[in-house]
Amino acid sequence: MKANHEQRRKERLDRGIKVRSDGIYALMSWRELCYLFFPRLVLIVGMLILPLLVPIYWQKVVSYVCIYALLTLSFDFLAHFVGLVSLGGAFFIGTGGYIAAILNTSFGLPPLLTIPVATILGAFICTLLLIPCLPLRGVYFAIVTLMYPLLLTRVIEALAIFGGTDGIVGVTSFTNHYFIIIMLLFFLFGLRRLVNQDLGLVLRAVKDNDQAVRASGISITYYKTIAVFIASAMGCLGGAYLAHIFGWAGLSSFGLDFSILPIAATVIGGAGTLVGPVLGAFILVPLNEWLRDFGTFRILLYALILLAFIIFRSEGIMVYGQRKYHQFEKWVKV
Amino acid sequence: MDILIAILIYGSIKSIILALMALGFALVYGISRIPNFAHGALYIINGFIVWSFLSKLGLPYFLSIVLAIIAIGVIGAMIYQFILIRVRGMAISEIIASYAIGLAILEGLRWGGFKGMTYTLPTFIQGSIFIAGVPVSLHRIVVLICGAGLVGFLWLFTHYTRIGLALRGMAQDERAALMLGIDSDRMAVVAMAFGAMLAGLAAVLLLPLGNIVVEEGYKVLILAIAVCVVGGLGSWMGAVLAAFLIGFAQILTEVYLGTHFVMVVALLAIIITLILRPSGLFGRQKELEERV
Repeated sequence: MKANHEQRRKERLDRGIKVRSDGIYALMSWRELCYLFFPRLVLIVGMLILPLLVPIYWQKVVSYVCIYALLTLSFDFLAHFVGLVSLGGAFFIGTGGYIAAILNTSFGLPPLLTIPVATILGAFICTLLLIPCLPLRGVYFAIVTLMYPLLLTRVIEALAIFGGTDGIVGVTSFTNHYFIIIMLLFFLFGLRRLVNQDLGLVLRAVKDNDQAVRASGISITYYKTIAVFIASAMGCLGGAYLAHIFGWAGLSSFGLDFSILPIAATVIGGAGTLVGPVLGAFILVPLNEWLRDFGTFRILLYALILLAFIIFRSEGIMVYGQRKYHQFEKWVKV
Repeated sequence: MDILIAILIYGSIKSIILALMALGFALVYGISRIPNFAHGALYIINGFIVWSFLSKLGLPYFLSIVLAIIAIGVIGAMIYQFILIRVRGMAISEIIASYAIGLAILEGLRWGGFKGMTYTLPTFIQGSIFIAGVPVSLHRIVVLICGAGLVGFLWLFTHYTRIGLALRGMAQDERAALMLGIDSDRMAVVAMAFGAMLAGLAAVLLLPLGNIVVEEGYKVLILAIAVCVVGGLGSWMGAVLAAFLIGFAQILTEVYLGTHFVMVVALLAIIITLILRPSGLFGRQKELEERV
C-alpha cells in the first residue's frame, strides 16, 4: 500500500441546530422552532390539502393510501416497538370489514356508528384470538399470524357463513377522506407519543429483553395484549372504512395484499420510525394503483422493490432522510 | 370395509405426497435455519422448466426431468449465494426476503402468461390397478415408491456421506461445525441447492397428477409449512411422521366432512401446534428460544 493513497472515512456529526433544539431552549428562537416544526408541518398540511389537489379518480386512492398507512403503522408498532412481527395485516382488515358489514346490513346501523363499533369490537376479537400466540417468538409468531387470515378465509368458504364466497353486499357507501386522514394523523402522533411514555418504555423493553422485564415483576403478556389491542384497532378501523368504501365485505378482505404491502412499505419507509412506514405507504399504494392495468406485474414489481430494499438499503428512506436532516458528513483522515 | 381400505391406501399416498412437498423445506430450515418461503415457487417453476424442455425443445421426458432438476438446484444455490446470504441470521428479514423471492417468481410466471389449465405433464405410466378392490392409478404407485425411496435415500445420505454428515453437523451446532473446518456458508448453499432439488423432484412426481398452475405454489408452501411445523421445524424424521399424521387427517376430513375442509385441517394444525408446542410434536424442545 503506497503512502500517497490516504485512507479516509466519513464522519457524521449532528448539526448545531439539532443539538440546540433538543432541549426546552428551542422555544427561545424562531429558527430552532422552525427547524423542529417544519417536517411535522409539511406532513400535516400536506395530508390535509392532499384531497384538494388530486384529480377525481385519485380521490379514492387517498383513502386507500390512508387505510394501508394505518395498517403499516400497526405493523411497524408491533414489530419494532413490541417485538411481535405480525404478518397478518389481512386478519385485522378482514375482521373489521366483516363486523362493519354485518352491523350495517343486519342491524341497520349507520356508518358513523358501525366504524367505531367495528374498530373496538374487531380489536377485541383479534386480540382474543391472538392472546394464545403471544408467548411465541420471532418466526413462530410470524407464521401463526400469516396463517390466521388464510384459515378464516377457508372457514368462511367451507361453512358458507357470512355470505360465503359472495361476501356481504349492500353495505352503505360512505366516503370521507378527511375522516380517515385525521384518524391516521391521530394514530401517528398518538403512537409517537405513546412509545415514549411509561407504557411505550415497557413495550420497548419487552422487545429488547423480555426476561429482564419479567424479572422486574411486570407481566409481559398484559403489556403485549395492550399493544396488540392498539395495533388491531388500527387495522380494524381501516377494514371497517374499506368495507364502507366498497359497499362490500368479502373474502378478498383477508387477501395477501393486506399482509404484504404493509411489510414492503415499512421496509421501504424505514423500520422503527413510525413516520417512515406511512411515507412508504404513500409511495407504494399509488404506484400499485397506477400499475393496476398491468395485472400481476405490479405484485412482481413490489416484490422486487421489497427485495432490493431489504438487501441493499435495509434502513429505509425515512432513516436516511432523518440522517441528512439532522447531521452533516465530512471526510476525515484515519 | 372397502372404505377403510380406500382410506388406508389413499391416506398413505397423500402422506407420501405431503412428505415429498415438505422435505425440501425441512432440509433447508434444518441446516441453515432459513425458513425458505420461496419453496412453493421453486416447486412450480420446476414444473414449468420440465414442461418447456418437453414441449418447446422436444427433449425426451427423462432427460428433461434430469436437466430441470439440475437447473433448479443451480437456481436454489444462486438464490442463497446472491440474496439470502446477505440477510442470514435476521429471522424476519429472511422470511420477508424469501417470501418476496417466491412472490416475484410466482407472479412473474403468471404475468409471463403461464396460467390457465393448458400446462400439464404426462404421467410416467398410464393405467391403473386394483388393490383389494380399490382402483389406484399406476402413477400414484410410482409416487409412493419414489417417495419412500427418497426418504430412505436421504437418511442414508445424511448418515453415511461426508457432505451429509457435514450438513447434519451444521444443523446440530453451527459453531462446533465451524471449528471442525466445515464452511457454514458453503454448506448452506449446498443445503439450499438440495432443498430446491427436492422441491423440483416433488414437482416432477406430483404435477402429472394435476395441472401446473401458479396457485399450487402457495398451496404447496402452506402444506410444507404445516408438515414441518407439526413435525418440528428442523426435524426431518419428524416431518415424515407429521406428513402421515396430516395426510390421514386430511383424507378422513375429505371422506367424512367434505373437500372444503382439507385446507382448514392443515391451517388449524399449524396454529394449534404452534400455540401448544412450538417445537412440534417430534422436535427437540428449546423452550426459551421459541416462547416466553
